[in-house]
Amino acid sequence: MDFITMIINGLSIGGTYAIIALGYTMVYGIAKMLNFAHGDIIMVGGYTIVLFFPISPVVGIIASVIFCVIVGIVVEKSAYKPLRGASPLAVLITAIGVSKLLQSAAQIFIGSESKGITVNLGEIKMGSVKISVLTLITILCSIAVMVALTLFVKYTKTGRAMIAVSEDRGAAQLMGINVNFIIMITFIIGSALAAVASVFLVFKIQDVGPIFGAMPGIKAFAAAVIGGIGSIPGAMVGGVVLGFIEAVCGMIPPITPYTDAIEFAILIIVLLVKPTGFLGKKRREKV
Amino acid sequence: MALLEVKNLDVHYGVIQAIKNISFEVNEGEIVTLIGANGAGKTTTMQSIMGLIHPSRGEIYYNGQKINNIPSHKIVKMGMTQVPEGRRIFSELTVYENLVMGAYTRKDKDGIEKDFKDIYALFPRLEERKNQIAGTLSGGEQQMLAMGRAIMSKPKLLMLDEPSMGLSPLLVDQVFEIIKHFHSLGTTILLVEQNANKSLAISDRAYVLKNGEIVRAGTGAELLANDEIKKDYLGG
Repeated sequence: MDFITMIINGLSIGGTYAIIALGYTMVYGIAKMLNFAHGDIIMVGGYTIVLFFPISPVVGIIASVIFCVIVGIVVEKSAYKPLRGASPLAVLITAIGVSKLLQSAAQIFIGSESKGITVNLGEIKMGSVKISVLTLITILCSIAVMVALTLFVKYTKTGRAMIAVSEDRGAAQLMGINVNFIIMITFIIGSALAAVASVFLVFKIQDVGPIFGAMPGIKAFAAAVIGGIGSIPGAMVGGVVLGFIEAVCGMIPPITPYTDAIEFAILIIVLLVKPTGFLGKKRREKV
Repeated sequence: MALLEVKNLDVHYGVIQAIKNISFEVNEGEIVTLIGANGAGKTTTMQSIMGLIHPSRGEIYYNGQKINNIPSHKIVKMGMTQVPEGRRIFSELTVYENLVMGAYTRKDKDGIEKDFKDIYALFPRLEERKNQIAGTLSGGEQQMLAMGRAIMSKPKLLMLDEPSMGLSPLLVDQVFEIIKHFHSLGTTILLVEQNANKSLAISDRAYVLKNGEIVRAGTGAELLANDEIKKDYLGG
């Protein structure tokens, strides 16, 4: 029954990566920037949960979403918005700076030692397979979030405006779309998604430190690139692919220590074979 | 009072001056054309009016209100829009969704529904293909969609940037027919064209733009009859 365990683990890890990757890919598609501080929003969410957990786990989750969104808005307004129209390199360096700023702030104000919580949601038995409740919740919540986001983008006015802005900012302005507002909405959604991912990660790892978000952040970035950065279904596919690779590596003891190396090697191979990622497209101009 | 008034406009790209002290106006109900060769500054002028690029000097008034520092999306709300050069439809959205985007600033559901009917009556091809991804349309269909999308915002002043570019002669005729149709419904038109023949024929007035300056102005008929214009822009 190892096979079923592997699929379930793959989906759970993949779902978490996919949700983080969606934040990268939407911000890239709409604001045309790589938000390297995205992973650190997860860290902010993680600490918030740990802080509010003693009151109630639900309060922790809600506080995490609220606080991540606030930090996301502040970062966008203070660091990225003034650079609208600046060279992509300046924006990239700023994003890396924001990432380091958040990590250092956590170190200074909370301390470099990690803070932990204890959660045990138990297990359920399905035939001969035992599955942790957390894994199941992670899978179901990830699917729900992805379906909701897809419907939002496809069927709401704001969602469609997001596609319009990502495709052609100038033409979108000619429709009367306020591009700055759409970018802000994108950061809000991305930060809320990071908060959701932080819930899954904190409950699983049960330990939060200043670089809590760095590794999941960079892995999810790889997932977004593998799927085709800028593409929403691409981020989902990339996340699940990476999750399965991790689950498979986890089941084969001799290669388990090399999991990260294998994941990034696959990123490189995908980029060599298909530089735009699985679902990324090259824009064709029609005359 | 003119609906649109451009006064002493200068536009620079870095150190290069693209527009040199141009002034012109468009009155309500007119069709006005800016003609000029490639690089004369026609698109730059249009983009400045829409707030997509910022002039270094001069004023732009719409309905008597200065709009220089108003962001583009608010200018659209005030009743002005543009069919951009190269159509720039949203290729990942369907034909229907592109038209919905055109009505982005509007809240009047009934009015929007009625305008959908009118657009589909005017462009039956768009109705046939309403659920098709817009990127798969032919060039002519994309131009129709771009015009339909712009009219969905119910503009008082519609600007069109090279709407006939890259189209077959038959489609070019159709595009000018549609412009006349929009005009007959009360929309004021500012047109930018290289196809001087066709655009001067439907224009009340026109301006000739050369190297970023307005070198001549007159009624459409006057300019069509002018020998110099004939030589430079009408192919003999």
